[in-house]
Amino acid sequence: MLETVKSPPPLLDVRGVTLQYKTRDHLVTATYRVDFSVQRSDRFILLGPSGCGKSTLLKAVGGYMAPVEGEIRLKGQRITRPGPDRMMVFQEFDQLLPWKTVRQNVVFALHTSGKLRGRAADEKAMQYIEKVHLTRFADAYPHTLSGGMKQRVAIARGMAMEPDILLMDEPFAALDALTRQRMQDELLMLWEDTKFTVLFVTHSIPEAVKIGNRILLLSPHPGQVKAELNSVPPDTDHAVVAALEARIHGMLFADRVEEEAHV
Amino acid sequence: MSDTTLRPEVIQTPRGAQDFGIVAKPLTIFERLYNQVWLRKVLLIAVLIVVWEIYARHLDNELLVPTFSATITAWWDGMSSGVLPERAWASLQVLAIGFTTGVVLAGILTVLAITTRIGTDFLETMTAMFNPLPAIALLPLALIWFGLGVGSLVFVLVHSVLWAVALNTHAGFRGVSQTLRMVGRNYGLSGLPLVLKILIPAAFPSILAGLKIGWAFAWRTLIAAELVFGVASGKGGLGWYIFESKNQLDIPEVFAGLLTIIMIGLLVENVVFRTIENRTVRRWGMQQ
Repeated sequence: MLETVKSPPPLLDVRGVTLQYKTRDHLVTATYRVDFSVQRSDRFILLGPSGCGKSTLLKAVGGYMAPVEGEIRLKGQRITRPGPDRMMVFQEFDQLLPWKTVRQNVVFALHTSGKLRGRAADEKAMQYIEKVHLTRFADAYPHTLSGGMKQRVAIARGMAMEPDILLMDEPFAALDALTRQRMQDELLMLWEDTKFTVLFVTHSIPEAVKIGNRILLLSPHPGQVKAELNSVPPDTDHAVVAALEARIHGMLFADRVEEEAHV
Repeated sequence: MSDTTLRPEVIQTPRGAQDFGIVAKPLTIFERLYNQVWLRKVLLIAVLIVVWEIYARHLDNELLVPTFSATITAWWDGMSSGVLPERAWASLQVLAIGFTTGVVLAGILTVLAITTRIGTDFLETMTAMFNPLPAIALLPLALIWFGLGVGSLVFVLVHSVLWAVALNTHAGFRGVSQTLRMVGRNYGLSGLPLVLKILIPAAFPSILAGLKIGWAFAWRTLIAAELVFGVASGKGGLGWYIFESKNQLDIPEVFAGLLTIIMIGLLVENVVFRTIENRTVRRWGMQQ
């Protein structure tokens, strides 16, 4: 079943990346020599408990912080600063500009990054707003939308920019369980539609298995790669999914059980 | 035995709306009128005016407290003869120069403060020192430096506007969420474009609050300054009008001058700033 396919050069290549940041009194190592690579159209998941540096890793890919060791390359180019070729979708609902309507939020992103102007920008924006089923709310201000709708706008904005890779930092974590499930389904449908590449951070094992096709497991303090697994297709039998979830759970929390046993 | 004995399930169908007494019924006209804030306020003012009129008539001493009717007559005479509008215009012109200069300087200082660390230190030190200093206390110095004229007035006005606006704007900038900054940088923005396109609109509630405080400080300071040294280059403002009228014991005119000051203050706060607020921060849901 497993045959090693000769893979094309990766879209995103993360090699030996060590990330550190300073708090008021400490220099914290968030990740230590992390390697992974993302292929085009991957739904690549960074999964781990809190403190494994997965969000920091995503910020580094976003260009918001530079690695102290190793390098991150997108299409062979070293990442040095934030840019519209790597659109971020954040967890926070306040990521939309409150002084702009839904449509203006998307158009503003296209304008400001110099991607599209005038009518072309407007049409592109409406096309993606329709994809996330918000056409009726195109002229609404963000404060009138629900949390799930705000996240959908953020996703539409990210996708309308047609970036090389979409970076999602626990985008559904602040939503209620029902909305979260719907958003996951919608994200998968959007992916079926355009096959965009996404790097997705989560701490939820079921979400990782559901959304991803490839899952990177990170251990905490500092984050190190524990495993890189293949996930199962979305319509897989429930028992298989549960088995994979149990396996990941075992791998992520094996140390903890051992630690507790030794105490 | 156990608390979890099997209990029967309950399933009910909600009753139709026609079974209830009231679902939604319009309030009476009186209730609806009383819910209007402006109407309640107008009523309050009317009551106060009546009390004033009665007290003044009872006192019967125009040099201490003129009646409301005498004040209104004096105000109307002042308005129709063109004296009051001319004085108000003179005050507002000086105010506009001082206010604009102050705001521009505050803008420059705050941009410096958020782009450089030494700029932050400078702004914090200066506001800490000068914000508690009443602008009017600088007037004697201003008179020595700039002489008897518009220059001195503008100087104290700038002082009264600058620190309040700078302090609020800076606080507003610092309050902009990390996420919004990251969104802006994600679009490739940095430096001044980031300030103009992301930080200023995001901090607009604080900036507007700063402008309101700045305006109120400036307006009070200006009138006070005019009262102290009066006429500047041949044409005085409202403060000077009050001072002059008092010297001639035209007390109703003094009251008319005060009334004009109040009205301009209310007009700017309730019309100008309210309109800006409704069109911006309220519409954007950034302020209730």
